[in-house]
This record gives sequence, C-alpha cells and structure tokens, in this order.
Amino acid sequence: MADKKDPIQTPLTDEQRRKVLMGMAAMPAMMMPGMALAQAAQFPTAKVNTTKLAVTDTEVVVGQLHSATGTMAISETGSIQAEQLAIDQINAMGGVLGRKIRVIKEDGASDWPTFAEKSKKLLVQDKVACVFGCWTSASRKAVLPIFEKENGMLYYPTFYEGLEQSKNVIYTGQEATQQILYGLDWAAKEKKAKTFFLVGSDYIWPRTSMKIARKHIESVAKLGKVAGEEYYPLGHTNFNSLINKIKLAKPDCIFAAVVGGSNVAFYKQLKAAGITADKQFLLTISVTEDEVLGIGGENIAGFYSSMKYFQSLDNANNKAFVEAFKKAYGPKSVIGDVTQAGYLGPWIWKATVEKAGSFDVDKIAAASGGIELKTAPEGYVKVHENHHLWSKARIGQAQLDGQFKVVAESPELIEPNPFPKGYQ
Amino acid sequence: MSLTDIMNITLMQGFAGLSLFSVLLLMGLGLAIIFGQMGVINMAHGEFMTIGAYTIYMFSSLTETFLPGFASMYFPFAIVAAFCIAFAFGWFIEWALIRHLYKRPLDTLLATWGLSLAMQQTFRSTFGAREVSPTLPDWLLGSWAPAEGLDIPINGLFVLALTALVTGGVLLALYRSRWGLRVRATVANRPMANATGINTSRTDRLTFAIGCGIAGIAGAAFTTIGSTGPTSGSLYIVDAFLVVTFGGAGSLLGTVASAFGIAQTQSIAEFFMTGSMAKVLTLMMIVTILMLRPQGLFASKIRR
Repeated sequence: MADKKDPIQTPLTDEQRRKVLMGMAAMPAMMMPGMALAQAAQFPTAKVNTTKLAVTDTEVVVGQLHSATGTMAISETGSIQAEQLAIDQINAMGGVLGRKIRVIKEDGASDWPTFAEKSKKLLVQDKVACVFGCWTSASRKAVLPIFEKENGMLYYPTFYEGLEQSKNVIYTGQEATQQILYGLDWAAKEKKAKTFFLVGSDYIWPRTSMKIARKHIESVAKLGKVAGEEYYPLGHTNFNSLINKIKLAKPDCIFAAVVGGSNVAFYKQLKAAGITADKQFLLTISVTEDEVLGIGGENIAGFYSSMKYFQSLDNANNKAFVEAFKKAYGPKSVIGDVTQAGYLGPWIWKATVEKAGSFDVDKIAAASGGIELKTAPEGYVKVHENHHLWSKARIGQAQLDGQFKVVAESPELIEPNPFPKGYQ
Repeated sequence: MSLTDIMNITLMQGFAGLSLFSVLLLMGLGLAIIFGQMGVINMAHGEFMTIGAYTIYMFSSLTETFLPGFASMYFPFAIVAAFCIAFAFGWFIEWALIRHLYKRPLDTLLATWGLSLAMQQTFRSTFGAREVSPTLPDWLLGSWAPAEGLDIPINGLFVLALTALVTGGVLLALYRSRWGLRVRATVANRPMANATGINTSRTDRLTFAIGCGIAGIAGAAFTTIGSTGPTSGSLYIVDAFLVVTFGGAGSLLGTVASAFGIAQTQSIAEFFMTGSMAKVLTLMMIVTILMLRPQGLFASKIRR
C-alpha cells in the first residue's frame, strides 16, 4: 500500500485533472440510466403490465390526441405543448418506473368522429398506457364510450360543464361549479353586483354554466337577479344588438362565456360601443391569456376573468414552469388556464403509476383518488375520488399587455362536485 | 327609463342595423362579382378575406418594429396592400385552377373548397394556430359620443364608409369602364364577345382577381370588428353566399338590397328575441322568399 501512489497526495497533471472533472460532470448522467435500470429491474414488466399494454423494460408508450389542425387548433396548441413539456421533463428525470415515455401523437383535426377513430387506434392498435387529450366537450363525449369499452385512461385538461364522471377519465381542469360559484360570490361581495347579464355561445358548456350561474344568483346564494340571458350561435360576429340590450338592462355585472372567433368580435365591439372597464364590470369564464392574444389587450383591459391559473401567479413552481415553457416555445409564448391543466396530466399520471406500482388501467383508476401534486404551477392540487381535481379559484384582471393581475383567490382548495345538488 | 334613453337606444339600434348591412355588403361584394357575374362558386372566398386580415397584421407588426412613429397611419396603406396581395393571389389561382373548370361548376365547388382547406393550413403553419390581434391605430378604437348615453362605434362608421366607397367604385367600374363593358359582354354571351374581339379569358382572370381583391379589403376592414385567425374567413363564407344568392346572382343592386334586408331583419330580431332565435327567423324568411322567388330578389335580365 505504501509504495502505491496516493493520487490525493501527488499533484495532478492538467490532463488528469480534466479527466477527473469530466468524470464528475458525467456522474449524474451515468447514474441516471443506472438508477432507471435499477428501478426498471425492481418493477419487472410482467408485473407492472398485466394487460398487454405497450410497456417494455425500457419504454412506455402513451398517446396524445388533440386537434393540431382545424378550428380548434387555436385552443389546443397550448395543451399539446404543455403535455409534451411535462413528458420531456419526466423523461429527463429518468421516466416512469424506470421507463422512458414515448408519445404517439394523433391529430383529431377538430372533427369529433376523427377523435373517436384515432382514440380507437391508440387504444386497440398501439395499446398505449394512457392518453392525454381532447379539448372540447364534444370531442370528449365522442371518445368516452371507446375509452370505457377498451378500458383506456384519458387525462382531459379543459374546464368543462361537469355532469360527467368516469373511471376512465381524469379531469385536470375545473368542473363548472369550481369556476363559477366563487367568481359570482366575489362579484357580489367585492363589486356589489346585484344584477347579472348572462351571455354565452350557444352550445352545451355555456348553457350548463349559465344554468348553474342563474341558480346560484337567484336561489342558492340569493345574490340578486338575472337581468338577461342570451346565447349566440358559434361563429357569430355581430354583437351590436346584444350590446344595446345590455345597455338597456344596465346590469351591474356582465357574466360572459363567449368562445372562439365570436369572443374577439364580442370584446372589440363592446369597446367600440363605449362599454369599457371604467364604466362597466364584466366577469368572464372563457378568456385566458391564449384568448387575449386574439382579442388584443387594449380591448379587454380592466375586465375580470375567473380561472384557476394565471401565468402571472407568483409562486416558485409557476416561475420554473413559465421559464421552462418559454425556453421550449419562445419568449413570446403565453400560458393559459388549460395549458397549465394540460401540464398537470403527465405528472399526475406519473405519480399515480408510482403509487400503484403498475401501468394497468384498472389499478391506476383505483389509485388516482388522493394523488397529490406539490409541484403544480397552480399550487398544491389533489385528485378527488370522483377523478376531478381539488383546486383553488382565482380572479384575474386583464392588463394592457395581455397578462392578468390576480386580484382574488379562494382561501381553500374547492372540492370538485360534478353533480351539484340544487343546481340541476 | 327615460325618453332620452329610449331615443338613444333606438338610434344606436338603427346604427347597429346599418353597420351589419355594411359588413354583409362588403363581404358579399367580391363574391357578387365572382359568383354573380362569372358563376364560379368560390368556397375559398373567406380565405381571401383572411389574406386581407393577415396583411393588416403583418403591416401592424412591421410598423411596430421598424416605424413606431407611423403606427397611426399604416392602416389605409395596409388596406391597399391587402387588395393588391389578394388580387395577385386571385390572378394566380384563376390561372392555375379556376380557368380549367369553367365548364364544370360543381367541380369548382370541390376544387375551391379544397383550396380553402389548403389555405387555412398554410395560414396556420405560417402565422401559428392561435389568433393574432393587429394593433389598430387609436383613431379606429372606441366610440363617438355626440350625446350622453349615445355611443356610435367608430369602427362601424369606418366599415360603413369603406363599404360605400368600394360599392361605389365597383358599380362605377362595372357600368362606366371598358373592363365593366367587357365583363358584361362576356357574361351576356361569351362566344359573341369573343367574336367581337374581347379577350374573354383575360377578362375572366381580371374579374376573378378583382373579386378576390375586394375580399381582401373586406378581410382587412373586419380586423377592426372581428377575429384574425387561420379560420376567421370561414365565419363569413356562409353569410356571403346567403347575401349574393338572396339578392339574385348577377345583380349587384340585388346584393345591396339583400344585404340591407338581411341586416335589418337580423338586427331588429336580435334586439327583440334571443340571438339564436333571431338567426332562425332570418333564415326562415330567406328560405321562404327563395322558395317563392328562386331567382332571388333581383333577377338578372341576361338571357343565358
């Protein structure tokens, strides 16, 4: 031993030093697959995959099913990006149960039968472990029977009208009561709103939401009265007559759920008709940072939006998320409520797989309730037994630069209640 | 509610009808030339509007980057550019696609529908799937308030003025210019027009391109009141065909009259009933009148 040179005691040559440093730098990278392999060995494929899913010793295949083309690409792009970001981050950490995630992307092309067909392809042919996807309720309703028949697992990111619960779906967005009730209570308390004018696009989500809003205003919380309730066909671009009706009714609060191209026309024409934030209080449940891109900050500045997430949220999780997102998709990209909910999907799935120790859909469905995520950009979230998320509600005020300033936040996580009693 | 309130609402409602009229007329005008005069069913008309809208967006971002001092002035130039770009593209499409299909009108329907899908995806790949919002000059925003409680939208006034200008221009060109004469001659009797030395294929190309150019202007103007996205054009295409068909294909005055009729019915109905019901009522009225008068409000007097 004594005659053997101790490297610590002898000065290293430059070359040696460089080698040591390189070795140290490479250590985490070398350890990662090592750990992953160890983890994969700890969870043999035969054990974690008893239902013939596309899971091997090194890889797990998942599906992503959104509209990359067609009308809905406007909205779904953010979800596609966020889900991909989460998957990339999980892979960089070593994957799930030691297996890298491989994504098969399918395009629903804004067409509901296509969604159904592609989901069947993902589940039957590709045997994916789970699917992140869908945006509109119509597309979710189209794929739901297939997920239930083929026993797949869908992570659905959009805030939606509720009245649904399935073993085969995890809803990472808010159901209607989580978004609406807090907003209305806040409007009544902070803005002294007594009369409400409800405006929406004419399809299931706005109609169900407004039904809940009306019940809440008139009978459950008795906030005041509904001064008007109006629906316009999707794609409607002329709101001048509606604006005159609003002017006639003089409501304390305009409560809006207009979507798509109509949304832009609605706010541009409100501004042109002299209905601006200094004269009128407006609360919407359909405008996130994504929509403001199209509407233009100057047309909506000062109005309020009720969501669970805003890009401007001030917490460490969110700062890291926003930074990673901008690094991946450009400094000008914005993150809306649904984008963030899309980002939660892969993380919740990972946590559930690790808790269940299995990729099998039945075990994941059973293990989902009670899954916690402390790293969510919106803050702490928890999966309810009914497969929806406990989450906070927040009110943001639109700013000229297209961001929202958070002005209120529910003190506690709000329990998801997709079948609210007294609101039917 | 006081009497002045009712007065104000009545005035504003009157203007709402007028404003919808100008929007419908502007979107129908290009189609009235292409579909009405040439008989080409151009399903990609909405996408030519989108070209105009994106031109405004490009001009707005370019001025913001390179000429910030020019921000309040760029809009009129951008509208002219919108016309030119849509015109040039229309010229190209006529040459590449439409001229081969004049004798097969139903195939044009499919071909232009395919074209519209291709254009939508091109917009999406170029400008991104999300909607964009051009920064409009300040003088186009807000309302003109001549009295307390009376707000007249400035963008509405702008679209109204532009529509009057374009309609006047088209009427003048069609009935007082050599081009108009050639178009009318070609529409009336193609072989005879050919025989008198009119280059009908050139006339067709110019006519189609002008129709597309006007769609470009319409799209540019609609950035002040609506959305700018890859599929924005599809919001207008049904209404545009409705206006032209209802007015009677081949008659420009018919287009004006039908735009006015539809706008007033819809706008008044919307005020007194729900939005969706107003749409139902308007469409019912159009269907009934078209059943009684299949040729539309103003039949063209051309012998086909």
